[in-house]
Amino acid sequence: MLPEIVSWIAVALILVTATAMLINTDWRISLGALALQYLAMLWLVTRHLPFVMGSAKLITGWMVVAILGMTRLGLTNIEQEEDSFFPRGEFFRVALMGIIALVTAGAAPRIEAAIPGLGLPVIAGGLLLIGGGIVHLGVTSNLLRVILGLLTMLAGFEVLYAAVESAILVTGLLALVNLGLGTIGSYLLLAGASPLESEEEL
Amino acid sequence: MSAPILWIALPFLTGALIMLLSSERFSAWIGGTVSAILALIALLIPIDTALLLGSLSIKISPAVQFFGRSFELNTADGSLLAIIYGLAALWFFGTEASGTANRFVSIGLMIVALLTASIAVEPFLYAALLLEIAAMLVIPLLVPPYQKAGRGVVRFLIYQTLAMPFILFSGWMLTGVEASPSDLGTTLQSGIMLSLGFAFLFAIFPLYNWIPMLMEEASPYATGFLLWALPTFTTIFALGFLDRYTWLRNSPQFVGSIQFAGLFMVASGGIFAALQRHLGRILGYAAIAQAGLLLLVMSLQNLEMVNLVFLTLIPRGLELTIWALALSILKRQANSLQFSDVQGLARKYPITTAALVFAHLSITGFPLLAGFPSRLALWQSLTNDSLVTLFWIFVGMFGLLMSAMRTLAVFVMTDDESAWELNESWTQILMLAIGVSGLFILGMFPQILQPLLTNLPSLFEHLGQ
Repeated sequence: MLPEIVSWIAVALILVTATAMLINTDWRISLGALALQYLAMLWLVTRHLPFVMGSAKLITGWMVVAILGMTRLGLTNIEQEEDSFFPRGEFFRVALMGIIALVTAGAAPRIEAAIPGLGLPVIAGGLLLIGGGIVHLGVTSNLLRVILGLLTMLAGFEVLYAAVESAILVTGLLALVNLGLGTIGSYLLLAGASPLESEEEL
Repeated sequence: MSAPILWIALPFLTGALIMLLSSERFSAWIGGTVSAILALIALLIPIDTALLLGSLSIKISPAVQFFGRSFELNTADGSLLAIIYGLAALWFFGTEASGTANRFVSIGLMIVALLTASIAVEPFLYAALLLEIAAMLVIPLLVPPYQKAGRGVVRFLIYQTLAMPFILFSGWMLTGVEASPSDLGTTLQSGIMLSLGFAFLFAIFPLYNWIPMLMEEASPYATGFLLWALPTFTTIFALGFLDRYTWLRNSPQFVGSIQFAGLFMVASGGIFAALQRHLGRILGYAAIAQAGLLLLVMSLQNLEMVNLVFLTLIPRGLELTIWALALSILKRQANSLQFSDVQGLARKYPITTAALVFAHLSITGFPLLAGFPSRLALWQSLTNDSLVTLFWIFVGMFGLLMSAMRTLAVFVMTDDESAWELNESWTQILMLAIGVSGLFILGMFPQILQPLLTNLPSLFEHLGQ
């Protein structure tokens, strides 16, 4: 009973953090929300995977947050602060997350019926993350936010996929993909921000 | 020595080592030579067969275990590896002529190694993860550190990342379909998932908008490499799916949707190419049309399908190499690839412009050039199909031909009656000459590919048998 309650708390945490990431324009809050999201993800993943493999996902996620945070911290360019959210209304974005939550509430029991044994909280958490990530990708063209959207979407996929595939190689490759996304995001944020190092690079 | 170590770990490590070298010339030669040697080994030494050289016995074992899963390259993979590393060698030798920074070779080798891992990994579904990692590795090639990332790169990253979950999920669902083929609901869901995954990977309409964008904002050579490497391995991956799941290749709806998607890409790619005023964007649309042709070939339900896929893929690699190399040379001179900026360049860069036009014509399927035999075979296979299909392929190819004619017209159009000059370096002339000769040789004597093509159908247990 207690694990079930904690699982639902993790789902609620995912809903709150995904909404916070979508609403807030402050990158610090967004990265903090992402870090919390990985914590919730850990719990949901360990419903089906051993704790060690789940914690590998958490550590990878936090490493990505650290990479992106340190990169963003080093950027002083004011242009990076510009947010290209469209439409800009907070209400609109909350409504989008509301729609995702409703779709999740409708779809989760059906998926549970189709694939028994996944567990409702795992399905709900996974769908919320995937939906949140895709909505994020849909409303922004800001580089950092695009990466956050992709990471969120991938986290949702990992929650669901962990229930059906437990191979170490997959876990390792998914960790590589997450780290790669963080590193590429960091590289793209830095690209063009620093002056040319040498004539040869032209 | 095991095959995965030789063709995956070794090139990957070589790529990492080359990154430490500073000289562009050396990196091009080292990368090119390593790839060429790997291609030759794949061609000459059969995997999993003992060879006696005097008193020395050599055997390349086929598999290696990694984290509980196996990476396996069998005897049948030899020809495929020879093609992949042979074409990769061309790309790497061309880097010096194209003036691309030395990290192209290092990252390029790592990408080819990862993509080779994608055809070796068992279960083959995990290839989706390796393709995603390879796609991420391409990004530093597309965006140099001094240049801001454009929209094309971001879209490319998003689409490739979205493809992976769809394919992994569909793969898992397909095993359920195998267990109970009568379950129509699961079959439909897995089919949709798989289609979406490959739509992102293949950049099927309308998901191909990043290609022309990238051709405009990134280095043509790096983008050309990307347009060669990813679709080639995606095609092999897709063939793996068709081979593995009987219901998939026998489903008229699925085959019909592949054919429709291919047809749409051929027609739209050709038409859009004819309307462009940017040489890079034309290459982008030509690559889209070619990807459409590959889909059309995959929709053929006959035993020649696998051969035809590889007959299309091999010249495609050569054509893209020459075209991208020519574009890089012109871009260095004109700074832009807009028609207005490259007007009259045929007088200053006759070899480059001629090579570009030949590569373009070859992609169009022009007689005597490398693309012709595969187009002819495709037309022949489709003659029993509807006339509408043939008409739209013709429209696409005609659009590509129009864009080739426009390009040629722009190159020779000038008010200035200056003398003809030869401004290309010897390396550039050599590379382009080798490439164009290859186009003519493959066009006039396609049978020279026969030794390579003979073993390829055995890669796929059900498709080619």
